[in-house]
Amino acid sequence: MTQSYRIETGGLINRNKKISFKFNGTSYFGYEGDTLASALLANGVHLVGRSFKYHRPRGFFGAGVDEPYAVVQLYRNGETEPNIKATEQELFEGLEASSVNCWPSVNFDIGAINNFLKIFLPAGFYYKTFMWPKSFWYKIYEPFIRKAAGLGVASTKHDKERYEHKYEYCDLLIAGSGPSGLASAYSAAKNGAKVILAEDKPRYGGSLLTSDVNIGNQSGKDWADGIISELKEMPNVTVKNRSQVFGYYDHNMLVMSEKVSDHLPKTKKYHPNKRLWYIRAKEVLISSGSIERPIVFGNNDTPGVMLSSAAKEYLKVYGVLVGKKPLVFTNNDSGYETAIEFKKHGVEPIVLDSRSNPQSEIIDEAKNLGINIKNSYVVVAAQGYKKVKSADVATISEDKKTLGKIENINCDCICVSGFWTPTIHLASQSGNKTKFNEEIDAFVPGVSKQNETTLGAANGVFTLEETLKTSFEKGKELSKKITEKDNEISIPNVVEKKYSKHDKFWCVPLAKGKSYKRFLDFQNDVAVSDVEIALREGYRSIEHVKRYTTLGMATDQGKTSNLNGLQLVSEIENKVVPSVGHTTFRPPYTPISIGAIVGREVGKHSKPTRKSPIHNWHEEHNAVFVDAGVWLRPRYYKRGNETLFEASKREAKNVRRNVGVCDVTTLGKIDVKGPDAAEFLNRVYTNAWLKLPVGKARYGVMLREDGIVMDDGTTTRISENHYHMTTTTAQAANVLSHLEYYLQLVWPELNVNVVSTTEQWAGAAIAGPKSRDLLQKLFPKTDVSNEGLPFMGYVEGDLFGVKARIFRISFSGELAYEVNVESDNGRFMWEKIIEIGEEFQIQPYGTEALSTLRIEMGHVAGSELDGRTIPYDNALEGLLSKKKDFIGKRSLQRSAFVAEDRQRIVGVVPLDKKTSIPEGSHLVKDANAPLPNKKLGHISASCWSVENDNPFSLAILKDGKNMIGEKLFVMSPLKNKVIPVEIVSSHYVDPKGERVRS
Amino acid sequence: MLHIKCPHCGMRSQNEFSYGGDATVKRPELNKEVTDQEWDNFVYNRVSPRGKHLELWQHLSGCRQWIKVERDTATHEIFKTYKANEEIA
Repeated sequence: MTQSYRIETGGLINRNKKISFKFNGTSYFGYEGDTLASALLANGVHLVGRSFKYHRPRGFFGAGVDEPYAVVQLYRNGETEPNIKATEQELFEGLEASSVNCWPSVNFDIGAINNFLKIFLPAGFYYKTFMWPKSFWYKIYEPFIRKAAGLGVASTKHDKERYEHKYEYCDLLIAGSGPSGLASAYSAAKNGAKVILAEDKPRYGGSLLTSDVNIGNQSGKDWADGIISELKEMPNVTVKNRSQVFGYYDHNMLVMSEKVSDHLPKTKKYHPNKRLWYIRAKEVLISSGSIERPIVFGNNDTPGVMLSSAAKEYLKVYGVLVGKKPLVFTNNDSGYETAIEFKKHGVEPIVLDSRSNPQSEIIDEAKNLGINIKNSYVVVAAQGYKKVKSADVATISEDKKTLGKIENINCDCICVSGFWTPTIHLASQSGNKTKFNEEIDAFVPGVSKQNETTLGAANGVFTLEETLKTSFEKGKELSKKITEKDNEISIPNVVEKKYSKHDKFWCVPLAKGKSYKRFLDFQNDVAVSDVEIALREGYRSIEHVKRYTTLGMATDQGKTSNLNGLQLVSEIENKVVPSVGHTTFRPPYTPISIGAIVGREVGKHSKPTRKSPIHNWHEEHNAVFVDAGVWLRPRYYKRGNETLFEASKREAKNVRRNVGVCDVTTLGKIDVKGPDAAEFLNRVYTNAWLKLPVGKARYGVMLREDGIVMDDGTTTRISENHYHMTTTTAQAANVLSHLEYYLQLVWPELNVNVVSTTEQWAGAAIAGPKSRDLLQKLFPKTDVSNEGLPFMGYVEGDLFGVKARIFRISFSGELAYEVNVESDNGRFMWEKIIEIGEEFQIQPYGTEALSTLRIEMGHVAGSELDGRTIPYDNALEGLLSKKKDFIGKRSLQRSAFVAEDRQRIVGVVPLDKKTSIPEGSHLVKDANAPLPNKKLGHISASCWSVENDNPFSLAILKDGKNMIGEKLFVMSPLKNKVIPVEIVSSHYVDPKGERVRS
Repeated sequence: MLHIKCPHCGMRSQNEFSYGGDATVKRPELNKEVTDQEWDNFVYNRVSPRGKHLELWQHLSGCRQWIKVERDTATHEIFKTYKANEEIA
């Protein structure tokens, strides 16, 4: 097997290591150090995809991040990833890739019919055409457009790869390892600054890898290699390749994506696929270089038309000829460098220069080599469909308006150079006010907003000597400010060729009677004619033109198209480019994997999992767990083949008949301490707290300032100045912040401290008619009789040598207690309760039974205290003190809150006493009323009442107070259910609350 | 991501903090008669200034102190941070 387009020697690839790979099912080989693009070009493959809109054949246009065409679907180690640039993807053994946006194949694509219908697909076609009939949108237009659009397919499988996030701080972050990056990094590092140098490519050196220059008597590349190895040895320097700084955010925070494993056949064990770096830098040096821009001409999207700098890179870095009969079309001296490289490798290029009589060192060199140079010549159009076969060329008048006679030149590639565009994305993202530089016909950074400096070509400086000088000095100056060191650096001698002035020429006029497409944006298929239409139709703002035509909106973000688009708009509008302005640059600079952005926070790692100290016991006893906030709680304990419904009924029944035990460790617990603690609680809660004696608990409700119930729970006075507050599991964190807010900001004069003790205590609720008998056996030395420990009482006890807190409080509505011990003793306590409870037929119960018990008692919980209800709505108005002020009290006077027909909690029972009522269903008066049927209320919680053996629900119902006894309908369009129901009291069981006091 | 100087802990990233709204709002004193308008102004009505704004943040994943931050809402520039009880300059 030979690679017909690979030169014999040269390039930076490792010719000793062959690598085989597959593209569109065909096997090829390349060498270590190749990209997928260079390896395909070495094999003479130019056709890689189809264009987005017209499905025209597309090849390679660039050699790096600017590539608009060669986006492929990659297959690696059983995974697939879309939107991979072949020009960036390094070759590895076994790589497989395929073309996107073509069907059935890249060689024969049915969608290419769009190309012949292109008269029907101008700018705004979709906006104009798919508007009507409206009903066609979802079923016909949208699926069609979705299928036709898109660059690749995302995998639907779980991504096995791992992605990491890393936080880093440094003195100087330097983005780009070209001459300016290396020089500034070196002088800053010598001054002892902490430096991170990031390079997006695998090789360091940027333009030095391909340019014919001499620094300090070495080739540019050798000089770069020397600097890099010196930097790598320095402890204060981090040098990273394959790392793209893609976003510049507030307060000098930058984000960089490091491709750790993409160049390997398989990610190494314990390694991530990508690592996202969040870097906070004191100073940022942007040395991102520049991207060559194309000259626009007819059929300039034909495979084989590419940037002249890319052709040079393929030759110098990869030893690959992009063609054997190259045509170089240029408006500046860069094209000559490419021509000279071709010539040196025995290929005869023809240079077409739009300038009439350019003079410079490099042009002289080209002439001396005998290269065929045609001045005042342009490419009018490329010929060939899947590959350039020839070019129509012509002379052009001095004013660039008139073409001479069209001639045809045989060629197999057209290398185009329209001068250089500084890569100002990062500077612009940082808030820099960019300005237009007439000298180079491009925008450059202007006034900095953050601590950012742009150097070298990115700043519009295209001579190496000046770049190195300013970069060494800038690195030194900025690091000196930080480290206060000032090491002398000698700036090396530079030998480089001087450029002559480029031609302000960017678009070849249409030949008479021709209608070639002249593309501006290669990825989104936006041609000159599309922008012309947009302007004709009245779009003026460049932001509007961009959105209407989609110019610069593709995944390459217009890296090769934006400026030419601006030139066109300014020409037609007869304005200067700076007054047209450029569109906003936004991060990311280049597409970043969603996986890298998400990092490790996937699946069960997307939030922390908190487990109670009794968790293992639950697991060992067939508990089925449920997420409760960040906690895992037993939902029920499964026996045999029991369903959730059967198990929760059994557990709840056992509480009502005998005794049950529930793990309530997850309840929020806050210690409130200090001489003013009582006064503080009195302001936070709606009811009175000043007279609560030591050893007593009280139920309290707290509001937000807007009168909405925030949370409820019991608080116990442990000692004179010490209260133990409990909150709901879900609101624990919010309540603590709320308390801290008032203590620190509103009432700093109160001498009170609050601290979370949720994790310090393990809790068990013991509930049921036999709970007192059990408790007495657990605490034989403590008087737990109704007199010794009355309802809402508190004592401390000794649980077989373990100190315990015993609260007589009840959520289930039964005679009940809650025992707390220090967390480490949680399992000991639990096992003692189970062991001794056996004689009382104790069973553990989970959250499902817990809900059943509280619902049929009419006790409110999170589903009623949902951030929309006031105390009255929950029948808690009895807890509102009339004598004192409290948080949110004034809001309760609002007219809607005191309305006669205010919503209120009620009970709901299906008339057939059989049909379960879905939570979230609506209550309506007439099930057959026309839609939208007026909603009177909603079902907040549903259960199967174990006491009455029929379904029972709680609802928040408009005018609930006067609705008891009414017959309404429950409607659940989601479950397609209509259930006739009766409204009853929310206190379905033990309405007088006798059991808790028994 | 903002970089906020907690007056108790020093420079920290924004993700350690939670936002707490306008710091210039003063809660009416307890047990004091307030008109509907005054109460509405306290609970609901906020200006949304472009430019300098004194706001509350809590150093939630740090010292848990509520602090006051003087920030430009348009540019995100932070001019100064204060302890909860500190006099605003």
